[in-house]
Amino acid sequence: MLNEYAIQLKGISKYFPGVQALKNVNFSLKFGEVKALIGENGAGKSTLIKILTGAYSADEGEIYVFNQKIEKMTPIISEKLGISAVYQNLVLAPHLTVAENIFLNKLPSKWSFVSKSSLIKKAKEVLKRLEYHEIIDPNEKVKNLSVAHQGIVAIARAISKNAKIVIFDEPTSVLTSKETEELFRIISELKKSNVSIIYISHRLEEIFEICDKAYVLKDGEFVIEKDIEDTNEDELISYMVGRKLKRNFYISREKGKEILRVENVKNKKLKDCSLSLFEGEIVGLYGLVGSGRTELARAIFGADKIDSGKIYIGGKLKYISNTLTAISNRLSLIPEDRRNQGLALKLSVKENINLPIYRKISKLGFINSKVEKETALEYVKKLDIKTPDIYKTVQNLSGGNQQKVVIAKWLASNAKIFIMDEPTNGVDVGAKEEIYSIMNELAKNGAAILFISSYMPELMGICDRILVMNSGKIVANIPREEYDEEKILAYAIKTAKFEEVDSK
Amino acid sequence: MKKIKLNTQIILFLVVVALWIFLAVSSEYFLTYSNIKNIMRQMAIQGVLAVGMVMIIITAGIDLSVGSVVALVNIMLSKMLANHFSIPLAILIVLIVSTSVGLINGIVIYDFGVPAFIATLAMMTIARGTTLLISGGSNVFGLPRSIANFASSDFLGIPSLFWFLIITVIVAEIILRKTRFGKYIYALGSNPEAARLSGINLRLVTYGVYALGGFLWGVGGVLETTRLWMGVPTTGTGYELDAIAAAVLGGASLFGAEGSALGAFFGALVMITIYNGAVLLNINPFWQRIIVGIILVVIVAIDQFRKKRSKD
Repeated sequence: MLNEYAIQLKGISKYFPGVQALKNVNFSLKFGEVKALIGENGAGKSTLIKILTGAYSADEGEIYVFNQKIEKMTPIISEKLGISAVYQNLVLAPHLTVAENIFLNKLPSKWSFVSKSSLIKKAKEVLKRLEYHEIIDPNEKVKNLSVAHQGIVAIARAISKNAKIVIFDEPTSVLTSKETEELFRIISELKKSNVSIIYISHRLEEIFEICDKAYVLKDGEFVIEKDIEDTNEDELISYMVGRKLKRNFYISREKGKEILRVENVKNKKLKDCSLSLFEGEIVGLYGLVGSGRTELARAIFGADKIDSGKIYIGGKLKYISNTLTAISNRLSLIPEDRRNQGLALKLSVKENINLPIYRKISKLGFINSKVEKETALEYVKKLDIKTPDIYKTVQNLSGGNQQKVVIAKWLASNAKIFIMDEPTNGVDVGAKEEIYSIMNELAKNGAAILFISSYMPELMGICDRILVMNSGKIVANIPREEYDEEKILAYAIKTAKFEEVDSK
Repeated sequence: MKKIKLNTQIILFLVVVALWIFLAVSSEYFLTYSNIKNIMRQMAIQGVLAVGMVMIIITAGIDLSVGSVVALVNIMLSKMLANHFSIPLAILIVLIVSTSVGLINGIVIYDFGVPAFIATLAMMTIARGTTLLISGGSNVFGLPRSIANFASSDFLGIPSLFWFLIITVIVAEIILRKTRFGKYIYALGSNPEAARLSGINLRLVTYGVYALGGFLWGVGGVLETTRLWMGVPTTGTGYELDAIAAAVLGGASLFGAEGSALGAFFGALVMITIYNGAVLLNINPFWQRIIVGIILVVIVAIDQFRKKRSKD
């Protein structure tokens, strides 16, 4: 029984500790169809793709490719079936040549010796299909290419294996507008040769240019599928938003003096960012991945260099050139990647909590062990960190408890300005609520919090106002009374030019 | 983790006890006072170097220049003493030189971003070359008698050389456990980015740990000079490998953040016991290194296996 579908996913569910990433999702793709897969950060797009390529296995559901039921999808099977993906952060081997990258897992060889001439010949053929054979030299090392051309190589790799189904995951984020045009041309060529395409992008205007259909996910659930002719950007945005948080954590607070003012901060990733934080405030910072949120956090904290701009703390101009100055100015950063940036995993709870304050609690270099121990015990109790004792290494704790250790270390350092970058990422629901309560408690006691998150409902649930970043700029400052998910998302997504915003 | 660290040392301790019982039964000379003193003298230098090495390994670093710096110190000190320098002054000078060499390693590693393995490999050949240049490739004689006397002297019934090791181990343990610098060493080894974001000056920690290493290579070189009673430009070859082996035997992980000075001490003790026992049992000396190599692999493999199991 042949039909027109290249892919049919039926009733797919996937559960991760703390999150239902996908809930009973159906997805289908016809031959020669270009379908946009859209949704906010964390809506489940990547999980769906990873299940399709075999990187994850679904907890429930059935996968049909070319009308054939696949019992257990693995990366190898998925590749054999002709499914290939082009990811936004290109997965290329920079020291190998273009040709080697294109054919990395299937180098033409005789008795394990790679046949160079046939490799080059085949690479040229593939590049020719993309009409890049005269522009990109197959002998060139990939690291010497521009980022955009590296993107072309990634695409060449994807189509080289006679792909029947190509997934583009945010492909244009590294491309210039000219190359984006080229990409669209390539996509329509592929479409003509009956290749099916899944196109993931936050740039909705692109979707209207090349896709046949738009498929919207929200909170791991299917929302709607629309023919592209029958919809518009605003309508799609309205389908993407509307997620709900179980409880509202907002409590009204006393707003105090201005404690942090950032003026015109610029560096490679930041184009002129200004903002203010007041005592007792929780301010959200929303933006898509890559909008510069994390870079702004790191720049304020002195972890990355800034090229120009001023930072005032408590009204005084401060030169925060390194993290130590930041800490002594009562700043703190709860980094995005807890395991790689926030914690020394092999050290104990006690040592992690005391890390920023060893300077303070030691005399002539000798640590006051009594204070060290008491501090650790105090914050383990205060934040209810679940650990058998303070000597346990933090790698043995759960995600939520690890995050509490990171918060504890800044409480111990007497921080007053907390920059929290995705603090609830990868922690379970219970721990999330505890983290919100801690934030409220901090703000109530006069701390200021800059809360960075990709998850809008949690920002709307707890923040006094929300700043929106887009392409390295703060493009909106929205007070609580004016919260509107569609509006916020539009600011984050749209590429239109914005007026200068007063983000105070 | 606390438990695992303890276990590594307990295993090692059991290995030492087993070796000692075996050797005590096999050779009536092994447990004599003079042989034990002999073991202590042999162990002193290797132990001091192992302690320096373990501190560097805890930062997830490595120093391959150990043996060459020992030789450089040996030749410089011998030259100066043969030319009737005052002994304390000469020792002070060589310790400053060796500490500076360590500091340079730290600078090359931190500021120039050269991997520790390469930076100290370069220093290894540079220091060895300098040693050969200074000595012209030949041994240096004519050192005062008092130097040799010191090597064979005792203090409170224990060889004077061994006291250096005792002090080094105690001071290093205190640094690692009780001081800010010690905590920073572990933090650097566990996660440099987290350490930096906690306001720790990684530059100073890196300088400090390599300079401290250099200082200890200097101490090792001075002790070596008292034992040799001359300057030998080829001395110290392979000492870095012995030091790394002792540190790893003692529970240090080359991935950083694990290890202790006491562990390195026991690691050195295992190795010296094997060398000493092999001589007593008339085993072909070439076998010694093979045996040490096998024990190194076995102990670390057991340790890894146990860690994996405790994780599951």
